[in-house]
Amino acid sequence: MDKFNTLNGVAAPMDMINIDTDKIIPKLHLRTIKRTGLGKVLFEEMRFEPDGSEKPDFILNKQPYRDAKIIVAGNNFGCGSSREHAPWALLDFGIRCVISTSFADIFYNNCFKNGILPIRVTKEQLDALMADAKDTENPELTVDLVNMEIRRPNGVTVPFELDAFRRECLLDGLDDIGLTMQKGDKIDSFEAGQQQSQPWL
Amino acid sequence: MTAPRTLFDKIWDAHVVDVSDDGLSLIYADRHLLMEMQPQAFDGLRRAGLKVRQPGKNLGVMDHVVPTGPRDAEITDPVARMMVEQSYVDYQEFGVELLDLLDERQGIVHVIGPEQGFTLPGVTLFCGDSHTATHGALGAFAMAVGTSEVEHILATQTVYIARPKSMRVTVNGELPTGCTGKDIILAIIGKIGTAGGTGHVIEYAGSTIRNLSMEGRMTVTNMTVEAGARAGMIAPDEKTFAYLEGRPRAPKGADWDKAVAYWKTLPTDPGAAFDREFKMSAAEIAPQVTWGTNPEEVAPITGAVPDPKDAPNEDRRRMIQRSLDYMGLKPGTAMADIAIDRAFIGSCTNSRIEDLEAAAEIARGRRVADGVEAMVVPGSGLVKREAEARGLDKVFIEAGFDWREPGCSMCIAMNGDYIQPGQRCASTSNRNFEGRQGRDGRTHLASPAMVAAAAVTGHFIDVRAL
Repeated sequence: MDKFNTLNGVAAPMDMINIDTDKIIPKLHLRTIKRTGLGKVLFEEMRFEPDGSEKPDFILNKQPYRDAKIIVAGNNFGCGSSREHAPWALLDFGIRCVISTSFADIFYNNCFKNGILPIRVTKEQLDALMADAKDTENPELTVDLVNMEIRRPNGVTVPFELDAFRRECLLDGLDDIGLTMQKGDKIDSFEAGQQQSQPWL
Repeated sequence: MTAPRTLFDKIWDAHVVDVSDDGLSLIYADRHLLMEMQPQAFDGLRRAGLKVRQPGKNLGVMDHVVPTGPRDAEITDPVARMMVEQSYVDYQEFGVELLDLLDERQGIVHVIGPEQGFTLPGVTLFCGDSHTATHGALGAFAMAVGTSEVEHILATQTVYIARPKSMRVTVNGELPTGCTGKDIILAIIGKIGTAGGTGHVIEYAGSTIRNLSMEGRMTVTNMTVEAGARAGMIAPDEKTFAYLEGRPRAPKGADWDKAVAYWKTLPTDPGAAFDREFKMSAAEIAPQVTWGTNPEEVAPITGAVPDPKDAPNEDRRRMIQRSLDYMGLKPGTAMADIAIDRAFIGSCTNSRIEDLEAAAEIARGRRVADGVEAMVVPGSGLVKREAEARGLDKVFIEAGFDWREPGCSMCIAMNGDYIQPGQRCASTSNRNFEGRQGRDGRTHLASPAMVAAAAVTGHFIDVRAL
């Protein structure tokens, strides 16, 4: 997993609530045995006509947003399925950060497993960042995970919060299976205790 | 004296292996269900040289991509065939049991777990599918996880979770005639919204919930995720124990007695506090039908499609307008005037025997309306066998419904069963998202009886008037 430190890049405004996982990646593309290569079908039904041609009005089909690294989205981003293909597709397209007022729990969690930073902000902060992203002249934001702040084009900073474990895993690019394997003795003793108290398990 | 605890508190407290400084807990996974959509998890293990820690606590099945036509036919779709074949390789290599397509116990992962007695009260259960909340109907803490977490559970039998907040949804009173678990949960989501439970575990309580059958309870907990919560639970009771006794993987003999004694300690203590409470009266509920593109966009069959002009704010107004544009509906249209092209009875929400009985009762002696294509997909091979023993297959076939083999089918439409662009489908499934049942397809969610009634009349209709 790539480390996440400071990210500077174009932020694409998606001023719409409830962007669900079927919108992020239609389920037909879940039929794969790989994690990579899904960027080309990110937001497929909003982004492409059935014949494969681009829908010119879709934000990621317009400059300067084709190279977006950040998405600023309306409330409840990522609702719907537990498919990890949603963050895989975002990552494969080049998105490393999504900013919204809220995220669906499963999507939020899946992001961290893939080096994507989901940031929760207030409605007022979102409105300001959305306006920044809509400014095609300068839609760049800087997301600083070390100092836990978003720097806007006008120099104003927006602080955000994140629990320490997830922050460290992102900063160090750590895989948590390795970390958990080091707790093998704790898992062993849990299993032994449960075998005593609930032998039917 | 310990402080009063909720059902969730008790299960959570009994499964904490470790707590990190900032509150993320390492939770033990008593049960882990798998299906063919996570080959990446096995591949991750393979690349890291890891084994499955507790193969016996994991159980796999094939449901998402499997065709629902005759089981002896070859799978013609090359991608579906590749995923099925990959499953055989993965489960063999890692020593995990797999209920394959030729096994009568095969079915939708959230139907087979309870059916096999793999799901039990008091356990933690995880599965890489969002409708894992279903299993909470038996008094388990059951939660969906992503593929990386599937891999983590396979390797360590544990998963990291930030302790969720608790919410109690209480429904009291006698459920009006013609209403089911599906109408209860759609009515709840209509009130609290698709983000109403975000960050919470929901416990469903009250006399209306208690009076539901186990199948009805599973329908309620199943759609918890559509209210934004990752887990929904119902306290285990005598109905739960009667449902489980004698199932293949349920405890036996002295273990059974010991287990039941423990399960009886699980219900929420009087006075236990929840972070949030929501109450509604069953008397407020009428048969529900969705009109929009998420499950909160729902109305009683006696109601009408809303007008965006009446929305409380600009975000909602735009959302409703977008939904109506997609659904091809005009504000003010009576729900009972919406005509359909397709009907689907199935999915992990409504494919159990009671669901098929309810639909068959409507279908019996009637015919699917001209121009409507209707299909019934049982939740498992065992549900199918039971339905056939009761003669329900004949009822459906005589009425003009297609009677299929088990799988997720047209709920997620990735197995070759899907609707055409612009077609309108009455569906017993759980999601009416854009494109869910096929690109540009229009989905209306409702109960099995309501979908069957729409199939035989050609439009939505109050099942109580039929």
